[in-house]
Amino acid sequence: MAQTERVIEMKGITKKFGEFKANDNINLNVEKGEIHALLGENGAGKSTLMNILSGLLEPTSGEIIVNGKKEKIDSPEKANQLGIGMVHQHFMLVDKFTVAENIMLGKEKHNYGFMDDQGAEKDVKDLSDRYGLTVDPSAKIEDISVGMQQRAEILKTLFRGADILIFDEPTGVLTPQEIDELMDIMKKLTDEGKSIILITHKLDEIKKVADRCTVIRRGKSIDTVDVKSTSQQELADMMVGRSVSFKVEKQAPSPKGPVLEIKNLTVKESRGLEAVKNIDLEVKAGEVLGIAGVDGNGQSELIQAITGLTKIESGTIKLDGKDITGKKPREVTETGLGHIPEDRHRHGLVLPMMLEENMTLQQYYQKPFSKNGFLNHGKIKEYAKKLIEEFDVRTQSEESTAASLSGGNQQKAIIAREINRDPALLIAAQPTRGLDVGAIEYIHKRLIEQRDNGKAVLLMSYELDEVMNVSDRIAVMYDGKIIAIVNAEDTSENELGLLMAGVPLEKAKKELAGKVETDGKERATVANDE
Amino acid sequence: MSNIKLRSLLAIGSSALLLAACSGEDASDTSTDEPTTEEDTTADSGDTSGDNTESVDFSVAMVTDEGGVDDRSFNQSAWEGIKEWGQENGLEEGSGYAYYQSDDSSDFVPNFNQALADGYDIIYGIGYLLLDSVNQVADQNPDQHFGIVDDISDRDNVVSLTFKDHQAAFLAGVAAAETTETGKVGFIGGIKGPVIDRFQTGFEAGVAHVDDSIDVDVQYAESFGDAGIGQQIAAGMFSNGADIIYHAAGAVGNGVFTEARNRMESDPDNKLWVIGVDRDQEAEGDYDGGNLTLTSTLKQVGNAVVESTKQAIDEGFPGGETIAYGLEKGGVDLVEGNLSEEAWSAVEEARQGVIDGDIEVPEFTYSN
Amino acid sequence: MQTTSKNRLNALLIPLFSILLGFIFGAILMLLFGYNPIDAYSAMLMGVFNSPYFMGEAIRQATVLTFTGLGFAIAFKAGFFNIGVAGQLLAGWVAAIWVALSFPDLPRIILLTLSLGAAIIAGAVWAGIAGALRAYFGTSEVIVTIMLNYTALHLTNYIIRSVLATGNTTEIVGENASLRVGWLTTLTQGSRINMGLFIAIIVVILYWVFMTQTTAGFEVRAVGLNPDASTYAGMSAKRNIILSMLISGGLAGLGGAVHGLGTFGNLFTQSGLPSLGFNGIAVALLGLGNPVGIFFSSILFGVLDVGAGFMPNRAGVPDEMADIVIAAIIFFVGANYVIRLVLDKMQSNKTAEKGGE
Repeated sequence: MAQTERVIEMKGITKKFGEFKANDNINLNVEKGEIHALLGENGAGKSTLMNILSGLLEPTSGEIIVNGKKEKIDSPEKANQLGIGMVHQHFMLVDKFTVAENIMLGKEKHNYGFMDDQGAEKDVKDLSDRYGLTVDPSAKIEDISVGMQQRAEILKTLFRGADILIFDEPTGVLTPQEIDELMDIMKKLTDEGKSIILITHKLDEIKKVADRCTVIRRGKSIDTVDVKSTSQQELADMMVGRSVSFKVEKQAPSPKGPVLEIKNLTVKESRGLEAVKNIDLEVKAGEVLGIAGVDGNGQSELIQAITGLTKIESGTIKLDGKDITGKKPREVTETGLGHIPEDRHRHGLVLPMMLEENMTLQQYYQKPFSKNGFLNHGKIKEYAKKLIEEFDVRTQSEESTAASLSGGNQQKAIIAREINRDPALLIAAQPTRGLDVGAIEYIHKRLIEQRDNGKAVLLMSYELDEVMNVSDRIAVMYDGKIIAIVNAEDTSENELGLLMAGVPLEKAKKELAGKVETDGKERATVANDE
Repeated sequence: MSNIKLRSLLAIGSSALLLAACSGEDASDTSTDEPTTEEDTTADSGDTSGDNTESVDFSVAMVTDEGGVDDRSFNQSAWEGIKEWGQENGLEEGSGYAYYQSDDSSDFVPNFNQALADGYDIIYGIGYLLLDSVNQVADQNPDQHFGIVDDISDRDNVVSLTFKDHQAAFLAGVAAAETTETGKVGFIGGIKGPVIDRFQTGFEAGVAHVDDSIDVDVQYAESFGDAGIGQQIAAGMFSNGADIIYHAAGAVGNGVFTEARNRMESDPDNKLWVIGVDRDQEAEGDYDGGNLTLTSTLKQVGNAVVESTKQAIDEGFPGGETIAYGLEKGGVDLVEGNLSEEAWSAVEEARQGVIDGDIEVPEFTYSN
Repeated sequence: MQTTSKNRLNALLIPLFSILLGFIFGAILMLLFGYNPIDAYSAMLMGVFNSPYFMGEAIRQATVLTFTGLGFAIAFKAGFFNIGVAGQLLAGWVAAIWVALSFPDLPRIILLTLSLGAAIIAGAVWAGIAGALRAYFGTSEVIVTIMLNYTALHLTNYIIRSVLATGNTTEIVGENASLRVGWLTTLTQGSRINMGLFIAIIVVILYWVFMTQTTAGFEVRAVGLNPDASTYAGMSAKRNIILSMLISGGLAGLGGAVHGLGTFGNLFTQSGLPSLGFNGIAVALLGLGNPVGIFFSSILFGVLDVGAGFMPNRAGVPDEMADIVIAAIIFFVGANYVIRLVLDKMQSNKTAEKGGE
């Protein structure tokens, strides 16, 4: 980091939406060849700031200096010309097109008007070799993994000549291995002289890759710090504005009788392959059972089977002593199930509907929310208001659409809805995905609270930290089977990593016993080797 | 004329734009260079009053059916007749003569009322579809004079103009029977009903009049607008050995011509013919090797409307009467077209027989 | 930071802007072709508004459009494109006339109830076929309803010729089955406006109540907006698909009955699908799915439709121009993104000016 050449200088940026100041006098300096993290909670104003930099929004006041020259970035094309490229959180890719076609989009290679597919693919290949971004240029986007889609998205910006890349929450959709790969790519890019702005709220990522970090809170820039000399705790406190705890505070569990009993369950996925293979599982009242595993090992299908969303091939499921095998979602819900679905936008909320309607999405047909088929809007509103206050859902009003809420508050709304029905079993699938530390802390607290009230909680997460911190027992799924159930207190990240990779428990224990303590990086390689 | 051209241009534009497009009638307009044969044949009856250039204090309006005024069929024929009459008598379009176009059957009655409000002396409804509407408006306005084409109204203030289509079809049948080499001919009707039934009955009778061993293959398209169906049916008939097809199916007939043309161009030795309807369709029969329109039956809607108007001016409105236009009044006819001398003389003979009453042409397939 | 009141304002402004732009577009086109747009529009509007008769006719047309528009809208809300409104309207028309001709001696109130009921059922069944196929086999409702349109057309013609009459027209139904009301007819100097208008107004209210006040309406909306989340919440997507299609077809069928018993009093062979079915789609889009909006856009379309007839003879402008205006309005509704953008820009400029001072 010898260079101190400033590539981006944003001075006193203010952006108003009506009376609301999304950005309030923000300063941001990015130096050539650095990875500069932009840290802030959801809704802090990070995206607004980056949209200004990439020409999607115009600031109300303030100035932007790019490579020492004052510029007015009034369109994405202008940002492109200046070498500013954005790698979007939700990829801007055409599913039906190949990787090469997507990268070329708008700048297609052609021979006398005919598409030059080979030429395009070759160009993409060259570019991807140069930066170590492995992609298959001729594969269709819909057929490739999320990680490769993201690499295609990065290549797209590079192809357009970007020198300053903005990564908007790039790791939200990636598996741990893919995250590691991305980190390597980012470092490689800066080695090549590119500069990177990394928008995130994940502290460990910042610690891993970033050189400097600018913290934004409620539209204001708090500070820019050197990452090496700042601890995660300090960063978190700066972001939230108060002291936060990472460790989930909890007492020892006092499990009672079984609430969920699954016997010999087999479930097929949509293509007719067995996704869940003859599983037995029990969740007791007063415990949190975590399900760990790499994405795609049958976790989603297991949950869909319990909730009645998928047909069961064979086996039985009992909830609270009642047989719910083959029951419809509504019957299962009424038996005593709360479900925080994996994908809150697709499955958790009807985004264009009002918050109050979403709050009663499962109960609208019951008293007191309706009578004889007619809705009681007064009661619905009253109930929604109560939940909004109790669960601290930040919204303009209960009549705002669910879409207008930030991700964390959307998740809070779902949790409020599910917990407040007081279900015997609460299933939480990836409940903190994409949320900031403040929200994560809150949600974990709520899950534990539910356990302490004598309810059963089934937590499914791809994030090991979360599973280990919140669960009492952990079931590891691999290839549709539960290959081990361990106590959270007695296990280690390394052990879980091996289990998730399909290594049987005995062998994993042996392997670990023969090794000295390993750090996180080696753990990943071990898991990968199997 | 340019007005009419523009209309079709706009119609095409609108159907491209209009999400709920259902007007569908973007048949390109050829009225500007219409073959003059039609005017030649109408000239005979038109000449009698041809030198009357004085302005007449009389006004006429017509309400079209859903086909619109540029349907290349009887709406257009009626309008051309009225317009010619109006221009001859020095009248202005819009005050002396006018048409009201219906895009939908629910437009019929409002169109009559609009014409009423605009004060025309006689308002004609063109086509049997308008009968109920004419009757309804006639009842509400007993002092107003109306006319209905192709159907019969029993109201005193309505004159009914019908056509003995079966007579012309009879001649077409004679011509077909005299010309066929395969001993098999076809008839394609539009939508089944009394009006088209006349064509079928007359045609079958005409064929049988010459030789009752000749097969007549009768089929209905259940449409007046779908050329695709016409082509399909024609293909079937030709494949089954028919060498002449008479169509009474409006725009469906365009498909019949297309099929015959395709076949003649790929296999010129196997002679096929099509008989046109309502107006001389010789132009539709042009193909690489000549013309395949054998002949056409004529239905002089314009003549009939003008005739009854003149009668109203000269002798008073023939309210409550039904005027049937047949061969004798030149209301229907058959053109010589590409008929052989032999066939044409057989047709002329049959025509005389019908006019003289020696030959009785049945009107309907069923008896009522 | 969108507020609901601003959304409501935009919901009103978008169709109004679309209408305005549609008329302007039509005017420009007329000028290009050498017509006088002011003459044309004044002929159109004067023709309708200067005469009780033609006002009656415009409202009559609007009445039927309200039914077909609402029918399309409810399916649309549930996430379906019911392009078969025209066929369902025909089914209702046939059923209403059939019942009316079969029991001519029943008392009026009973006969009308029976006729309208039969029409609702006929339309609902016709649309229900598409709904059931979609729910159980995943067939595209667009293709199925298009095919059912043609089936309805040819079946109607067959029934007229073979069952209800010998020719191309059925008899006129008796007084007891007519929807005409004496005082309305007199008030509008003999137009065919009928009590369908009142039924339409009642249906508009019922539609609103159903969609906003009932649990069934709640489900239809939720399933339409996000079928996945609705299924997760325990609603049955299948049930709602079929329910919304039944209601959609029932409304179209009722429209057919009003058209049959109110406008014509009989049934005749059709050479094509009734345009009222397709215009219903346009009306629903312009009304942005809001029942009151649909009612008013029906009236606009009724006026345009009836008024268009005055343009050729009073202004020398082809009546197809009215179709173009309608098409342009729909285009601008479809392109409301552009209008929204302009509105947002205007509003933000205003706030910026205020903020700047």
